[in-house]
Amino acid sequence: MDFIRNFPFFSILLPMISGPISSVMSGKQAKRLNFAVVTLSGLLSVAAFVYVLNTGEAFTYRMGAFPAPFGNEIRVGLLETMMAFFFCFVMLFSLIGGYRFTAVDIPEEKQNLYYIMMNLLLSSLLALIYTNDMFTGYVFIEINTISACGLIMVRGWGRNLLAAIKYMIMSLLGSGLVLISLSILYGITGHLLMEPMHEAIVQIMEQQTYREPLTVAVGLFCVGIAIKSALFPFHSWLPDAYGYSTCASSAILSSLVSKGYIFLLIKFFYRVIGTDIIHAIQVDDVLFVFGIAGMVFGSVSAIQQTDVSRMIAFSSVAQIGYIYMGFGLNTEAGMIASIFHILAHAAGKSMLFISLNSLSDGTWEYANYRKLRGAAYRHRIAALGFAIGSLSMVGIPLLAGFTSKVYYAKAAFGVGSTYKMLIALVALAISTILNAMYFIGQMINIYTPLGVEPEPGTVKHSNVTRVAVFMFIAVNFVLGMGSEPVFRWIQTGLAQFR
Amino acid sequence: MSRIRKDYEQSFAHRFLVFVKGDKPLPEEDHLEEWKTRIAEVKETEQTADANYIELKEPDPYEEARHYAQSSGVRVFRRVYYVLAFLMCLMIIGMLIMNVAYMPLFGSEDSPTNNEVAERYLEKGSEETGVVNTVTGMILQYRAFDTFGETNVLFVAACSVMILLFLRTEPENAGPKKPRRRRKKASGTMTGHEFSLLYGTSEDNLSKQETDGAPSCVWPQSVAQEELEPEPDVILQNVARVVVPMIFLFGLYILLNGHLSPGGGFSGGAVIGAGLILYNAAFGFRATRRFFDEKIYDIIKVGSLCLYALIIAYYLFTGANGIDSAVPLGKLGNILSSGLILPINLLVGLEVACTMYAFYALFRRGTF
Repeated sequence: MDFIRNFPFFSILLPMISGPISSVMSGKQAKRLNFAVVTLSGLLSVAAFVYVLNTGEAFTYRMGAFPAPFGNEIRVGLLETMMAFFFCFVMLFSLIGGYRFTAVDIPEEKQNLYYIMMNLLLSSLLALIYTNDMFTGYVFIEINTISACGLIMVRGWGRNLLAAIKYMIMSLLGSGLVLISLSILYGITGHLLMEPMHEAIVQIMEQQTYREPLTVAVGLFCVGIAIKSALFPFHSWLPDAYGYSTCASSAILSSLVSKGYIFLLIKFFYRVIGTDIIHAIQVDDVLFVFGIAGMVFGSVSAIQQTDVSRMIAFSSVAQIGYIYMGFGLNTEAGMIASIFHILAHAAGKSMLFISLNSLSDGTWEYANYRKLRGAAYRHRIAALGFAIGSLSMVGIPLLAGFTSKVYYAKAAFGVGSTYKMLIALVALAISTILNAMYFIGQMINIYTPLGVEPEPGTVKHSNVTRVAVFMFIAVNFVLGMGSEPVFRWIQTGLAQFR
Repeated sequence: MSRIRKDYEQSFAHRFLVFVKGDKPLPEEDHLEEWKTRIAEVKETEQTADANYIELKEPDPYEEARHYAQSSGVRVFRRVYYVLAFLMCLMIIGMLIMNVAYMPLFGSEDSPTNNEVAERYLEKGSEETGVVNTVTGMILQYRAFDTFGETNVLFVAACSVMILLFLRTEPENAGPKKPRRRRKKASGTMTGHEFSLLYGTSEDNLSKQETDGAPSCVWPQSVAQEELEPEPDVILQNVARVVVPMIFLFGLYILLNGHLSPGGGFSGGAVIGAGLILYNAAFGFRATRRFFDEKIYDIIKVGSLCLYALIIAYYLFTGANGIDSAVPLGKLGNILSSGLILPINLLVGLEVACTMYAFYALFRRGTF
């Protein structure tokens, strides 16, 4: 066995070991360790990605001495390694962009705890991506939930605590539903690993023995993940959690945490249940309806906000709606569009949060749209980042958001039913207009000159923030203009899932 | 960008939204300023002119928002909402109960869970992992990675509680070295509102704090010191003197016998943690700190988790690469057997005991 096959395992274990070590470090040392760990995990993922790309096939990695149906396993394919690298990348630059806010917002004696949360969040995200075992997925969902909750409340203000409580309650409800679903699935299949589970489920569908529990289990799993990733009717925890956290937390929560769950859902659809069975029990139609509703109502709520950070948070609801709409189409093209949208949204949303925090000095007093008027002249790079992120979210050509919308439109044409196609296209058009209403409006607001010299911010501008914003701008353009190879990789990765 | 129209507040859409949400947003800031200046004006005239003559004619801008939740339409809406939510819950409960009827019978012979996986765990478990208690073998060898994740859940939960509740106070026996700096560091965070409730800080200071940065309020030492502790209870102390050593012994027994009889790291650790909590409840924090303070907690927590992680890394790495493990399994049924399971059980037990006690200490006092 090639040594490089161990790399995904190392990239999961490394942050897990560095977590406890950080707890006896000072805040600065913990920050350095965290930086090193995220970078190293990213590099390991790149190496694994190149390896899988060269060999052309996915492999499973036995976690321990016992083979598949008896012991744990992770699975390493093109899509997994690509996602792992991208997640590490976004996390690294979100952290870099948020460093100066982290230093101000979090008391010094709690900074090492903050980086423990980051390390464990990274390891849980990577484990959710790589896992080939549903129960491992559940364990890391728990780690993900608790560490995300820590990231929300670490700022220590009243509204953060309130947001953390809301997040905790909703998210635990989601975890509970996922756990019930997994126990039902274990009861009717007798397996926890994905491949044997899939075989058992195919048999169930042939024999029609446990069809009802299967439907209930799939429904509960989808609802659980939907609550955790803030699909439209379950999004009540989202605006506070994203809008009021410290900069790096907001960026990472909005761009990565919910996406880890969604990736597990993709694996569940493709590797455990199978897309044809999903279609047979009509879960995809339900997801489609809620996705469409989210696309429209998320944007409508965003338009009503006076606080721009809450506006961006509500726009996440709309974007999550897009992703579920792609699942609802239940075609290969729809799924590819959704995965591409995960990338595009992560790149755009983290940049928006970092830029907005730079413009508003990280306080919500200045995040009000009236106070933000003319803020572009205070911090030009951040304003550029905000503008490009907004344009990407609206879907202006050359940017990542446009490309994903094109993929969605193509996928909608490819879907069998005419109703679905029409609804998807109309919803895309309406959602784009609504997006433009608040994002472009906000851009104009930021670039409106006040006529007086803008007052300088209290937090100093630093070069690291600029570097982070520039990196995200570059990623947005790369995803927008050079989407062809990414599209191919996603396609191959999905083909490897079967 | 909400208020594109000036008269948006009067529009039907806005009123409908307010109705649905059930609360009325507080007036905008500009309006508040206006109100403040008006009050100031009135007060000024009060001083100069006849006080009885002047009345505040304009209603309090907050008045409407405060009583909005009590208005009849909103109340009806909320009741309907509760009833619907209750019905929804009943529906889901009913669905889940009905689902049970379709599930395979528990323990029946042809249940899908009685497959080759369970068969191998039961038949070959002792031989392959060197344990008598198959459950331990299953969680620590076959599915070792999941269990490692579970331990990390405990660790991350303890860290979250520390973020929320931990107060760094001055150590009692802090030597003459830099006492001032230490006192300065003696701070915990609480929300501005909590702080004002406890110590009656004025609103102005609070708003200043909110804009200045993180509200890092210095706790008065008395809050964290023993003054708030209850009087020691004689009956509890005498019982604890007898019971606590036995609890510790029993916990150790469960830990060490995890691979031979029911038990293991999680249950043994919980028992030891309960013993620590009982000792603390009887003799107080000062006595407990003699052998278990923050430093010891850090050492045990970090030491046990790191060692556990290294052992797991070794086990998973050798297992995945097909290298034979260098640790012998030993004779089945001995205390010193089953390879890596015994040390893992011990380490998990330490971690769980520490976490249990840390939860207790943090929730009760905010420090050790």
